[in-house]
Amino acid sequence: MDLQLIAMQLLSGAVLGAVLVMTALGFTIIFGMLGVVNFAHGALFMVGAYAGVAVAMQTGSFWWALLVAPIAVGAIGLLIERLLIRPLYSRPPDDPILLTFGLGYVLVEGVRIVFGNDGIPFSTPSALVGVVNLGIGYFPIYRLFVIGVVAFILLLLWLGLEKTRFGLIVRAGARDPQIMRVLGVDMRRLWFLVFGLGIGLTALGGVLAAPMRNVSPEMGTIVLAEAFVVTVIGGLGSIAGAVVAGILVGLVVSMTSLFAPEMATISMFALMALVLLIRPQGLFGRAGV
Amino acid sequence: MTIQPIDSTSSAKRPRLAIDGLMRTASAWRMPLTVLVLCTLPWVLPSKALAVNVLIYGTFAVGYNLLFGYTGLLSFGHAAFFGGGAYLTGMSIVHFGFAWYTALSTGILGALLLSLVMGVLSIRTRGIYFSMVTLALAQLAYYTALQASSWTGGENGLRGFTVSKIDVLSLQIDFLNPLHKYYVVLLFTALALWLVSRVLKSSFGAVIEAIRENEVRARACGYNVERTKLLSFVLSGGICGLAGGLSALHLAIVPLDTLHYHTSGLVVMMTLLGGMGSFFGPFVGALAFLVMEDVLSLWTSHWQLFVGAIFILFVLFLPKGIWGTIMGLGDR
Repeated sequence: MDLQLIAMQLLSGAVLGAVLVMTALGFTIIFGMLGVVNFAHGALFMVGAYAGVAVAMQTGSFWWALLVAPIAVGAIGLLIERLLIRPLYSRPPDDPILLTFGLGYVLVEGVRIVFGNDGIPFSTPSALVGVVNLGIGYFPIYRLFVIGVVAFILLLLWLGLEKTRFGLIVRAGARDPQIMRVLGVDMRRLWFLVFGLGIGLTALGGVLAAPMRNVSPEMGTIVLAEAFVVTVIGGLGSIAGAVVAGILVGLVVSMTSLFAPEMATISMFALMALVLLIRPQGLFGRAGV
Repeated sequence: MTIQPIDSTSSAKRPRLAIDGLMRTASAWRMPLTVLVLCTLPWVLPSKALAVNVLIYGTFAVGYNLLFGYTGLLSFGHAAFFGGGAYLTGMSIVHFGFAWYTALSTGILGALLLSLVMGVLSIRTRGIYFSMVTLALAQLAYYTALQASSWTGGENGLRGFTVSKIDVLSLQIDFLNPLHKYYVVLLFTALALWLVSRVLKSSFGAVIEAIRENEVRARACGYNVERTKLLSFVLSGGICGLAGGLSALHLAIVPLDTLHYHTSGLVVMMTLLGGMGSFFGPFVGALAFLVMEDVLSLWTSHWQLFVGAIFILFVLFLPKGIWGTIMGLGDR
């Protein structure tokens, strides 16, 4: 087979991987820090995309959508934590799963009432339309832009977590909330903020995905499954794990679509099954978790 | 907060009441009583088709409850077994011309095998991962059915296998008559209820509840936790496969949505609304859910909004569900 074609496909796999990392990021952060499996993740991703569409239609600018929609949906996230998630911290770990599952139902139906059942077309912002030659082939500029945004967000997250006092508290809190409480840290406030941040990132993923995916009330289902696959392969809800797993999944899906296109959607789930057989705790997970 | 077992024997702490004896008798005769109540259902509910649906989804929820309510494993992938049973039943008739009973057996067998594979993979993960892995594996089943359209009919669903007559011991039953259909399905539902009732009364039933209450202690007592969970998973999958097969015979079509994430979610909602970990609960939940859907969808197409909101309220304030809360009233 043509080497250039394979190189091209590898690169587009990496691009797809970056999109997947963005899809799973908000979910991974909330899971890693709070231990809450957010089954409304897909629905909130979809709400983010719709919020982006709404802002873009009002202001006529994609850039405003990229800024305003995540903040607005992040604020909704804070509200969700305060009203629905907080009462469940002392309950069995399955209860937040059940609650967020119900919440997903409500959000999907709510969007249907406001925006209707059909998908909404969302065109790529004019500044990012077109393709660029990377030496081995042509690439849509928008996808490269998404990689840039994801890299930027990851850098910010890394700096925030590793270099600031707040990040130190967040990391310590994820490891041992009990000790942190003894040390006088208000864990509830911390979880409140981290949940809002996670939902904001989820919404940002939705806005970024809007020009690439069909914006419809059902778009969240596949997003939820993708986030699960990436998190399970990465392990433990670690951000590094999510990045590696996202790119790995992107490469596998892209290579399968080259050799056996009908297996492309199935391949990521097959990869997850394989990882579960060999390393049930995920690539970056510790044994026994 | 630990989950109190529904059938707790804490009644020794308070004076014995007449109702206790009644409850105990009811509990001992729960199988025949349930079937008796179910026999009257077609005359109570607004339509016969709704009554058949209650039976099918009730069976589905009872099978699911064995895993979720009694073993304490929250699976979000049971659509794979319900849908798998439905598809295999339908495909056996369409592609191989099997008789209805062979087709239904194939469906159950296929669901058992599928749950064995999914169980082996998902039980390797602990705790909170389990729900995610089961959901992702069920999505794999969904996309496989979507791709293999020459076998499954793809997006249009599987069609073309109307079963019009059911012959049992040289007795010909008109399966197109809704009332006859109801009682044929009830026969299988009763069989599933009897099976679950037996399982729960056996020592295996005690072990799965022990695992739900305290997995570490159960392991320390020398039980093979993984194998017990797997067996519970497979039993649950088999019963859900039966429910799926019955749904295929009932509808004479298997929509692709049968395998969708929403079908998995549906059974979770029914089981929790009715009361997980109780024998009647899932059936009460299926009945409540389907009647609610029937009534709400008459005046709004957005009935799922209310269903979702009611479900959230149950998780927050009534985690024991309708039946569990009613049963709990006597314990105060």
